[in-house]
Amino acid sequence: MSQLPVFQILLPLLAAPLSVILRRKTLVWQLATGVAWASLIIAWNLLQEVQANGPIAYHIGGWAPPFGIEYRIDILNAFVLLIVTGIAAVVFPYARRSVEAEIPAEKHHLFYAALLLCLTGLLGIVITGDAFNVFVFLEVASLSTYSLISLGKDKRSLTSAFQYLVMGTMGGTSILIGIGLMYAVTGSLNMEDLAIRMAAMEDKRTLLVAFTFFCVGISLKLAVFPLHQWLPNAYTYAPSTVTAFVAATFTKVSFYVLLRVIFTLFGADLAFLDLHFDKVLLVLGLLGVFTGSLVAIYQENIKRMLAYSSVAQIGYMIIGISFYSVNGLTGGIVHLFNHALMKGGLFMVMGCILLRLGSVQLSDMRGLGRRMPLTMAAFVVGGLSLIGVPLTVGFVSKWYLILAALENNLWPVALLMLVSSLLAVMYIWRVIEVAYFQKPDDDAPELREAPTSMLVTTWIMVGATVVFGVFTEQTAGVARQAAAFLLGVSP
Amino acid sequence: MSIGLFNYWIVIFLMMSGLYVVISRGNLVKKIVGLNIFQVSVFMLYISMGKVRGGTAPIVGEGTEIYTHPLPSVLILTAIVVGVTTTALGLALIIRIQEAYGTIEEDEIHAQDDAA
Repeated sequence: MSQLPVFQILLPLLAAPLSVILRRKTLVWQLATGVAWASLIIAWNLLQEVQANGPIAYHIGGWAPPFGIEYRIDILNAFVLLIVTGIAAVVFPYARRSVEAEIPAEKHHLFYAALLLCLTGLLGIVITGDAFNVFVFLEVASLSTYSLISLGKDKRSLTSAFQYLVMGTMGGTSILIGIGLMYAVTGSLNMEDLAIRMAAMEDKRTLLVAFTFFCVGISLKLAVFPLHQWLPNAYTYAPSTVTAFVAATFTKVSFYVLLRVIFTLFGADLAFLDLHFDKVLLVLGLLGVFTGSLVAIYQENIKRMLAYSSVAQIGYMIIGISFYSVNGLTGGIVHLFNHALMKGGLFMVMGCILLRLGSVQLSDMRGLGRRMPLTMAAFVVGGLSLIGVPLTVGFVSKWYLILAALENNLWPVALLMLVSSLLAVMYIWRVIEVAYFQKPDDDAPELREAPTSMLVTTWIMVGATVVFGVFTEQTAGVARQAAAFLLGVSP
Repeated sequence: MSIGLFNYWIVIFLMMSGLYVVISRGNLVKKIVGLNIFQVSVFMLYISMGKVRGGTAPIVGEGTEIYTHPLPSVLILTAIVVGVTTTALGLALIIRIQEAYGTIEEDEIHAQDDAA
C-alpha cells in the first residue's frame, strides 16, 4: 500500500516543531515553503490516483477500520486537498517579505510553526475518515489560527482573536457533542461504518439532534450568516499572510466538512426530507449574500470590505448545497475552489498595499492605480472575478448556480443572485474609482511596487482566476465528478 | 424521571450555565470560565455514556467481568487536552489584551476601540 496519504499530514506536522528548533528565519521560511510544495505534489499524485483507480483507503498503523483510524480519499477530498496545498504553495513564498514587515524578527520561527500546524490541521480534517479525528484536526487548525491572528500589528487583533477563540470553541464543542451522540447510538466513529449503521436505524430522533449540533458547530466555523460575527474582525486585523491563507482555506475546509456531514454521514434524506435543512440553507445563504454584500459597500477599510464579501461568497456556496442537484453541488464545490483563488489573491494584494502604503483605508488609496500599477491591476482582475464577469472563475460558479436554480424552478433565487452580483460591482467599483480616477494628494510620497516575490505570487493567484475561468474543464469537471459522487449518480 | 438519566440532566444544566456565562459576562476571564464549564459538560456526556453499572476499570485481571467502556474515556482524554490548550491560549490572549488596553472588561475595550 502506498504511504502517500500519511505523508500528506506528517510533512507539515513534523516541520512545525522542527522550525521551532531551527530558529533561523530564512531557513525556517525555506523549510515551510519546501513542505508546502512537497504537499502540493503529494496532493496532485493522490488526485491522479483517485481519478484512475477510485477511492483510496489508508489504515494508520495497519489497524483495520472500524477500530483503527482510516484516511479515506475520494474525488471530493482529493480535490480539496489539492486546493489547500495549492494555496499554501503560493502563499508561503509570498509570506517572506510580508512577514518581515509585520512580525517582530524574534517571532518568525514561531509564526511559521503555527502556519505549518494550521496547514496540518486543515489537511487532516480533509483527509481523515474518522469522525473524532475531524474534531481533533479542527481544533489543531483553529488553535493555530487564533494565535496567528493575534500576531497582527493593530491591538484589535488581540480582541478579534479572543472573540474568534470563544466562538470557535463553541463551534468545536458543538461538533464534539454531535460526534458523541452519533457514537452513543451507533458505537462507531469510522465515517463509512457510521453511514451504514445510521442509515439502518429506525428511530431517528437522536440522529436529528446529533445532526443539528454538527451543523451549528460547522456553520460557526464556516461563518454562515448569522454566525459570521467573528470573521470580519479576524480577517481585518490578522497579518496579511494569515488573512490570505486562512480566508482562502479555512472556510473552504469547513464547507467540505458540511458536505461530508450532510451527504456521506447522515444522508441527504435525513437532512433534507426530515429536517428541511435545504430550505434553511437557502434562506441563510441568500441573507448572507445580501447582508454581506450590502455591508461591504459601506466599509472604509478594504480588508474589512473583502471580509464581508467573504460572508456573501460563503452564502453562494451553501445556496449550492440547498439545490440538492448535480449542477447546484457542482456550483458550490467549484465556487469553493474559485473563491479560494480570488479571495486569496485579493488579500495578497492587500498585503502588498499594506507593505508599501502602510494602510488599507480607502481614503489613502487615491491614485494608487498610477502609483502601484501592477498591484492595483491584480486587484482589478480579482475584483472582476468576484463580480463574476465572463472569462473569470466567478462566472463559472455563478453559471452553475443559476443553472441549478432554474432547474429547480426557483427563478426568484436566480434573479436575486444576479442582483447580488450588482452589489459586488458596487463595492469593487468604489475601490477602482478611488484608485484610478482620483488624484493622489500633492504631498503623497513616491511609492515603489511591491517586492518581486510578493508581486509574482499575487499574480500567480490572480492569474489562476483567469486561467481556470477560460479553461473550465479541469476544475468544473472534477467538481462535477465530486458532486455526482456525493449524490451517488453517474456524472 | 428515571435515575438513569440523572447524569444527562446535570450535563444539560452545566452546558446551559456555561453558555449563559459566556454570553452574559463582559469580563474576559469569566468568559473563559464559562467556556470551561461548557466543555466539561460535554466531557461528562461522553463519560456517562461509557459507564456500565457495576463495571470496574477496564483492566484485564482476575475477577473483572463487567467493565466500563474505555473508548469514550480515551476520546475525552484527547478532548481535555484540547480544552486545556484552548484555556491556556485564551488566558495568554487576555494577558496581552490587559497589556494593550489596560482592562479586560469587554465594554471598556469596545469604548477604547470606538474612540480610536
